[in-house]
Amino acid sequence: MISAPAYDLEKVRADFPILSEEVRGQRIAYLDNAASSQKPRAVLDAVDHVYETGYANIHRGVHVLSERATEHYERSRRRMAKFIGAQSADEVIFVRGTTEGLNLVASSLGRYALHEGDEVLLTGMEHHSNIVPWQMVADLTGAKVLAAPVTDRGELDMDGFAALLSDRTRIVSVVHVSNALGTVNPVDEIARLAKERGAYLVLDGAQAAPHLKLDVQALGCDFYCLSGHKMYGPSGIGVLWGKKRLLEAIPPYQGGGEMIRTVSFEGTTYAEPPAKFEAGTPNIAGPVGLAAAADYLDGLGIPEVAEHEARVREYAESRLAEVPGLRVVGTAREKAAVVSFVVDGVHPHDLGTVLDQEGVAVRTGHHCTQPLMERFGVPATARASFGLYNTEAEVDRLAAGLRTALELFRP
Amino acid sequence: MNDALRDLYREVILDHSRRPRNYGAMDAANRQSDGFNPLCGDRLRLFLLVEDGAVRQASFVGDGCAISTASASLLTEAARGLPEEEALQLVENFRGMVSGEGEPDGASLGKLTVFAGVRDYPTRVKCATLAWHTLRAAIEQSGETVKTE
Repeated sequence: MISAPAYDLEKVRADFPILSEEVRGQRIAYLDNAASSQKPRAVLDAVDHVYETGYANIHRGVHVLSERATEHYERSRRRMAKFIGAQSADEVIFVRGTTEGLNLVASSLGRYALHEGDEVLLTGMEHHSNIVPWQMVADLTGAKVLAAPVTDRGELDMDGFAALLSDRTRIVSVVHVSNALGTVNPVDEIARLAKERGAYLVLDGAQAAPHLKLDVQALGCDFYCLSGHKMYGPSGIGVLWGKKRLLEAIPPYQGGGEMIRTVSFEGTTYAEPPAKFEAGTPNIAGPVGLAAAADYLDGLGIPEVAEHEARVREYAESRLAEVPGLRVVGTAREKAAVVSFVVDGVHPHDLGTVLDQEGVAVRTGHHCTQPLMERFGVPATARASFGLYNTEAEVDRLAAGLRTALELFRP
Repeated sequence: MNDALRDLYREVILDHSRRPRNYGAMDAANRQSDGFNPLCGDRLRLFLLVEDGAVRQASFVGDGCAISTASASLLTEAARGLPEEEALQLVENFRGMVSGEGEPDGASLGKLTVFAGVRDYPTRVKCATLAWHTLRAAIEQSGETVKTE
């Protein structure tokens, strides 16, 4: 590789304690970042700091620890609003992750907007978490769920997408970056088409957040969901962003403490967003870790991270091309740091086991995208997914592990 | 290649995964059951011909990893000729061996002891047991797709 590195990779790797872990006598080569990413020391410390210096329940205590915890929590909300380009912090709802964010939108927006005969348009490359919640609310409302076709390259078939849009389309919900293939979808064009029909646009940003600089207002969507754990933050925390007027209009998701204004047996009135969608004691330290992850990513620069990852991915694609009988599934022109592949005569599950023995962590399976696997006629794939700390040397270990698998399984 | 891998992928397993025995649908079958592992997408359909309370023939079709394919293939050989009760005992014996919950009874497991190494790979236990759960369902005629969950 000739071009200069985007940042000091060795220094960055030293920020992640787990990358020094040894597995069977070797450093772990962690190539499963699309499933979940590892955490830098700054995130771990930020979470500890809350518990050590300012932890109590939030928004209700008059005592100093509650005030500190509330400040930690709300400062994190403001930080995440800035990270995604929200107009105000009130548009940032803390959720457990993208799955909960999508369930919230499907349930609340679905009950608000969907009626018998209405349609929700998805795509054939959605994660199950952007399919099943819509099916559930469609069952309740009598709406129909449609899926736009995917091309052989693993791109969204935009003609097919446009053809499925109609005046019955009330909601369009699309993955920003495909977890299984790495495809970056043309969300600007999708937003334009959805708006023409007056449909609400929901984007699943679980895979986009660690790779793309987000500006939810410029994207032209109405709701955006992301997961902290995929962007180097803690697990169990994520963000749902929604346009303020919509968050005000749609009904709450869960009922309980914090989300009410007044409660009586005659009737209850709800708090304003974001409290309206945060029933119960939330994950208090999680947002602080997430905000620290946002700081960490912005400190390196997301464009620099993306540039580094693109280099590692391209190197991986060139190394994998040397493996006889290997086929990359998903060759979109716009791709994030994912290479999904199958190898003739070797089941992905067996590949995963062999690679694990070599200390190389990849994901194998259907990646919670069964319709997409069906589309490509494979039961499963192996997937290497890269993060800001991965190296070309780790890709070499992946390639060597694949050679071992071939030796073992090909007679 | 390390010894742990050789221990898991024994020659017999590799051989049966490459050339599964008794592969194909069976017209004469009077029992049939489907198995599905939602975790990895492995699926198989097991066919049995049961006469006079014993398994006369077994065959399967399906799509899965080396462990699950070899397990199904060896199952079709092992089950043949077994009275239903003994086949069910073999299911338990096999499950005990690969899950590490039981001491394998080598005598009744015979060739199936090649799967003993699976116990060191907790994520692969379900691959090995899929066909066996499906055998139990076929014998008990539950008629439902077996899921390894």
